[in-house]
Amino acid sequence: MVKKPFPGQFGSLAEISAYIIQAGKQAGLDESQIYEVQLAVDEAATNIIEHAYRHTENGIIEVSYEILPNGLKVIMIDQGETFNPDIVPEPLFTTDIESVKPRGLGLYIMRKVMDEVSFEFKTGDGNILTMVKYNNKK
Amino acid sequence: MDVTTTNYNRCSVIKTSGRIDGSNAPEFGKVLKELTESGIFNLVFDMSEVTFMASAGWWILIDTQKTCKKTNRGELVLVKVDKAIKDSLNLVGMSSYFKTFEDMTAAVGSF
Repeated sequence: MVKKPFPGQFGSLAEISAYIIQAGKQAGLDESQIYEVQLAVDEAATNIIEHAYRHTENGIIEVSYEILPNGLKVIMIDQGETFNPDIVPEPLFTTDIESVKPRGLGLYIMRKVMDEVSFEFKTGDGNILTMVKYNNKK
Repeated sequence: MDVTTTNYNRCSVIKTSGRIDGSNAPEFGKVLKELTESGIFNLVFDMSEVTFMASAGWWILIDTQKTCKKTNRGELVLVKVDKAIKDSLNLVGMSSYFKTFEDMTAAVGSF
């Protein structure tokens, strides 16, 4: 398990992406799969910065990864506010663009592009997001 | 974030490069808003050098598209979209909101 802390600020997003791209390469993911992992991790980090830390200056996002025999596991931990992922509404995509609603898109994308997404909220340990991408399926 | 705008007779072409994420999407949105507020509703977004697009960026484009398409006064089209970005747009289900073109001449000529 490789672990790295990042400041919970938008300025860290590019660095987090670079870190996770090289993890995806090590795990043998193809270019499209690496992009999807990058997207999911970026959306998760953005949610942590915006909602868990609410743009406060000293929050830390700890990003770790594990190379699996058949893919990549990413774990992101923050000490910010908790939330209930089950009640986050899904974005509304209608044929009429005027009615499209942006709510919950980050979480929706994470669930769409990753094979497994789970949340744990533990007092003392923080909010733990675990995501897995397998290299044998889209 | 560098965003360039080139004005043609019937449309304007916007170009930027690299990542569009939570850190710079508001700045990008400001440029697009300035264009639509000045009455330009035919827009081509040259994505040939955009390497990553987070949802924050897509919402800027959706919002701009809503403004452009209001009362059929115009449209935002995308050109030279990176394959991985296009795949993610399809997967999420937002591809139907934007016409995409493979080359600039066709995109500008669509207006």
